[in-house]
Amino acid sequence: MAEIGRLTRVRQGRPWLTPVMLLRAVIVLVLLVVWQILAVSGWFYRGVVPSLPKIWEALLKLLSATDFYFHLGVTVEEIVIALSIGGVSGVIAGLVIGGHKFTAEAFEPYLHYLGPTPKIIFFPVMIMWFGVDSGSKIAMGALSCFFPIALNVAAGMRQIDRVLIKVGESFRANHWQMAMKIYLPAMRHPIINGLRLGLGVAMIGTLLAETKLSNRGIGFLVIQAYNNFDMPRLYAVLIALFVVAIGANAVVARFAAFDQIKQK
Amino acid sequence: MNIASSLTRHRWGPPVVGLGSAVFVLLAVEGLVRIGLINRFIVPLPSDVVGSFARVIVEEDVLHRFLLTAWECLAAGVLLTFFGVAIGALMHRLPLFRHACETWVAAFASAPLVLAYPLFLVLFGRSSLTIIMLAFLSGLPPVILKTLEGLMATRRVLINVGRSFKLTPSQQFWKILFPSALPTIFVGIRLGLIFALINVVGVEFLINFGGLGQLINELVERYDLPGVYAAICFVILVSVVFFATTERAERWLRSVG
Repeated sequence: MAEIGRLTRVRQGRPWLTPVMLLRAVIVLVLLVVWQILAVSGWFYRGVVPSLPKIWEALLKLLSATDFYFHLGVTVEEIVIALSIGGVSGVIAGLVIGGHKFTAEAFEPYLHYLGPTPKIIFFPVMIMWFGVDSGSKIAMGALSCFFPIALNVAAGMRQIDRVLIKVGESFRANHWQMAMKIYLPAMRHPIINGLRLGLGVAMIGTLLAETKLSNRGIGFLVIQAYNNFDMPRLYAVLIALFVVAIGANAVVARFAAFDQIKQK
Repeated sequence: MNIASSLTRHRWGPPVVGLGSAVFVLLAVEGLVRIGLINRFIVPLPSDVVGSFARVIVEEDVLHRFLLTAWECLAAGVLLTFFGVAIGALMHRLPLFRHACETWVAAFASAPLVLAYPLFLVLFGRSSLTIIMLAFLSGLPPVILKTLEGLMATRRVLINVGRSFKLTPSQQFWKILFPSALPTIFVGIRLGLIFALINVVGVEFLINFGGLGQLINELVERYDLPGVYAAICFVILVSVVFFATTERAERWLRSVG
C-alpha cells in the first residue's frame, strides 16, 4: 500500500512539459515546416513531395476505406501464420541444436552464417514451391523469422540453470516431459525475445514479397500507389504501415520487458 | 557404433557431421528428383546446380555484378559510418538532444524502411543511388545507437585523466572518448554493414537493377532453374564470407582494444 502511495506521488510531481518534450515538439515542427517548404518550392518534380494537407487528406481517406482494413487483415493473417510456422520450427530447431554441445557445434554455424543473408532472394524459389498466392508470402515470412528465433532459443538453452535439468533427470523425465516441464518454462524469456526479433523480420519478408508479386495485402497497396503515381496515397500507406509495424514491435517489446520484471 | 563414438570425441567430429548432413540432404534430393518424387521443373538436380556454377560465373559476368554490389555496399558503408558516428557523437555531447531522440532512433530501427523502396525509386530514380540511400538509412540506427553506447561507457577515470591534462573538448573526444568507444562503434558499423548488404541485394532483386540481386531476377525471368539456384548459392556464399570477415575483424579489434 505504501509502495502505491509513493509511486502516485512521483507521478503527480512530474511536469508534463519537460525540456525533452519541448525539444521533441520543436524538432517535429521544424521537420513539418521544412517538408511544407520543399512541397511548395518546386525543387522536385510535381507531386513527388506532396503538401502536408494532401498527405493528411490521403491518410484520412485511406483509414476511412474498408478496403484498407481488408488488405491489412490479409497481411496480418499472413504474418501471424508465418510467425507461427517459423516460430514453432525455430523453437524446435533451437531446442535440438542448443540442447547438446555436439549438435550445437555441428549445426549452429550454419544457422549463424545463414541468418544474416538476404532472404528475399529465396522468393522465386518460394513461388515455385508454394505458388503465387498467400503461400509464398507466408513461406517468406516463416523463413525470415526462423533464424533469429532458432539462434535465440539455442543460445537460451545454454543458459538454463543446470540444477533444473538435474532435477528433471532425477525425476526420470522423458524427452517430452523435459521439454515441456523444464526447457520450455525456463526458456520463456529467450523465446519471447526471439519472437520479438522474428516478428520484425517476418513482417519485412512478408511485405516485401507482397510488393514483388501479389494482388492483396499492404505490400500490394504500396506498389499499387507507386504504379499509379498516387504519391499522397503512397506516403499515407507508408505512414500507416510504419505506425502499425513500430506499434507491434513496441507491444511485443513491452510484453518482453514485463515478462523480465516478473522473472526477477 | 565405433565410428559414432569416435566422431563425438574427435574435435573434427561436429564439423564432419554438419557437412555430412548437408551432403546427405543434397544426395537425397538428387535421388528423389531422379526417381520423380520431386518435380524437376520445381527443384532442379543438385548436380545440375553445381554444374551451372561455372556457366553462371562466365556467361552472366558475375565478377562485374559482384563489384557493382560491393561498390554499393561500400558507398552505403562509408555514408553510414560517417553520419552514424557523427550523429552518435552529437547525441553524446548534447544530453537533451539524446534524451529527445534516442527512442526515436530505436523506433526507426524497428521500422521496415526497405518497404519504402517505391518512394526512393520516385525520389532517386531506378539507379544505384536508390539502392545506396536505402541501404544507408537501414544501416544507420545501429551505428548511432552503438556509437552512443560506446561513448557513454567510457570509464570515468579515463575522462578524469583527460581533464587533469586540461585537454580541449576536441582533444578529449579524439584522444580519450573515441579510442575507448572504438570496439563498440565497430560492432555498430558491422551491424550496419550487414543491414546494408541485405538491403543492397534485396533492393537490387526487387527493382531489377544492379549486381547480384538483379542476376537472380534475370535468371528467374529466363526460367533457368539451375542458374537461379546457383546464383542464390553464390549470393549466400558472398554474404557468409562478408559476415565472417567482419566478425573476425571485430574480434581482432576487441582483442587489441
